[in-house]
Amino acid sequence: MMRRQDVGWWLLILPAFLLMTAFYVAPIAQVLAISFTEPTPGLGNYERLFTNESVQRVIITTLRICVITTTISLLLGYVLSYRIALASPAAQRWWILAVLVPLWISVLVRAFAWVTLLRRQGLVNETLMSTGLITEPLQLVWNEFGIVVGMVHYMVPYAVLPMLASMREIDPRLLAAARGLGAGRITIFAKIFLPLSLPGLLAAGVLVFIFTLGFYITPALLGGGKTLMVAEWIGLQILDLLRWGLGTMMATVLVVAILVTLAIFSRLVDMKRVFGGGGA
Amino acid sequence: MSAAGHSLALRGLSKRYGSFTAVADVSLDVGQGEFLTLLGPSGSGKTTILMCIAGFVAPSEGAILLDGQDITPLPPERRDFGMVFQGYALFPHMTVAENVAFPLRVRKMGTAEREAKVRAALDLVQLSAFGERLPRQLSGGQQQRVALARALVFEPALLLLDEPLSALDKKLRAELQDELKALHRRIGRTFVNVTHDQEEALSLSDRVAILNHGKLIQQGAPAELYEAPRTRFVADFLGKSNFLAGTVQEVFAGGFAIGAGATRVVTASAELPPLGSQALLSLRPEKMALLAEGETAENTVTGSIASWSYLGAGYALNVATPDFGTLRITLPSWNAPIAPREGLPVRLGWSATASVPVLDDEP
Repeated sequence: MMRRQDVGWWLLILPAFLLMTAFYVAPIAQVLAISFTEPTPGLGNYERLFTNESVQRVIITTLRICVITTTISLLLGYVLSYRIALASPAAQRWWILAVLVPLWISVLVRAFAWVTLLRRQGLVNETLMSTGLITEPLQLVWNEFGIVVGMVHYMVPYAVLPMLASMREIDPRLLAAARGLGAGRITIFAKIFLPLSLPGLLAAGVLVFIFTLGFYITPALLGGGKTLMVAEWIGLQILDLLRWGLGTMMATVLVVAILVTLAIFSRLVDMKRVFGGGGA
Repeated sequence: MSAAGHSLALRGLSKRYGSFTAVADVSLDVGQGEFLTLLGPSGSGKTTILMCIAGFVAPSEGAILLDGQDITPLPPERRDFGMVFQGYALFPHMTVAENVAFPLRVRKMGTAEREAKVRAALDLVQLSAFGERLPRQLSGGQQQRVALARALVFEPALLLLDEPLSALDKKLRAELQDELKALHRRIGRTFVNVTHDQEEALSLSDRVAILNHGKLIQQGAPAELYEAPRTRFVADFLGKSNFLAGTVQEVFAGGFAIGAGATRVVTASAELPPLGSQALLSLRPEKMALLAEGETAENTVTGSIASWSYLGAGYALNVATPDFGTLRITLPSWNAPIAPREGLPVRLGWSATASVPVLDDEP
């Protein structure tokens, strides 16, 4: 029997539960259903995962861009977090503000800003040409390079936050103790700091990788329609080509891929770190 | 581990942070194989001095000499000093054995030699069976011993201890005090300890240096400091003390007498103050006795018990006197001459040598 107290608590979360079911779980269930029924019932859509070259190409492109973006974001984020973690408390506040500001700027604005900077007559190409380093403008945008630049820019704050949290938990006395015991800077980093910040690094990796899998606006604008990632490809199938079955199949694959990633990483690292649950 | 004590000297050491002076012109000598404790309240500069010795803090002025050689500019990793940090600072991702092996790995010692030394160090602190555990699986006392083993395994010139026992409960602290002392005897190395716990300082050290507001107030053997404190601060910080203030009324060979109100108190002293000057005497609570009817002493004061408490081994009485305020006196409880009761009139007596003239360095 449920106690009266418990009923009260369940009633409190009921509205949120209904909302989630009606607008989140139900549509996803429907997506799953459509992927098995359109245009004809069966596994026809999923068969294309193994037979259709363009389906395979979009998956491979997406994975490649995601892995590159995640790697670069983690590298840049780690250096940044390291710098912030070792800064004075007053300096830390400014650093964190500087990291967070890009998060508050619309993704659309940021993508267009990158286009402006990276296009053939953009600031980067003009500067390189005027210094004589290159004679022809470089193709910096509307390809994978442009997408990676835009996505890394978007993802670095997400990489910094979990890593910084885990670095801040490292007792500075440990680093002093290692020094006192005779260790140089490199040894202290490799043997003490890096192993202790590894949970944060893994957490940041999961977060960034999952985020990048579903990127839509940034690749759409910086890829210029030539390099397709999964999200844009799904949009294309459903909105332009009206191939609902194929689009929902890919959407399902994406959801499954995210769940599988989470399942693998939850064995390696405490998931509370990724989603910021209370305590370590 | 062979006995290989080194000597350490501080010469005019000062450390300033902006306009704040953390350490002011401290000079100290630590002899070979000596156990020195820096004792003081928080903010007295004792930890700053230890951090200067360890090399983590660069002194604003002065020099640190090891066996006569200036090591002031050396970074901590090149000083070869073992250090036990407050809270131990064990590496949480390494086992006990890996923690102890860390300073040897850093020194690129061969595997066989390293393993033998780690085993010997863990034997020394009686933790041989715990090598494969992680620090968090050990009790506070065991962690403390791992920190000791890690600090001693590379046979450092000096062992520095930063409040090594402060995180432990009282009973365990007493146990580890004995162990630490025995360890010091056994390996004969030079130890420099920092603490704010006066009992720990008295029981562990060969010599204690008392600090306050960044200044070295007095140094000496524990008994010397306790029996002959030079200032009011030292008398008050080490143990408990009563203070008797009065005007110097008479000076004679080997002592003088002060008067306050109707009471006259004689004290033994080598230094003799001028007649008519103000003097302050420190008088330990256990050095007074309750006088029976007709019994006499060199100094006597009458008063009445204002309050009292039973402490197991003894009684502590607060006796209100007309000329010296409230005096604290302790008596062994098993043969106490009276049953304490509030308001009971008593007569206190003590010898001239029991009270010690001290400098009044505290307002």
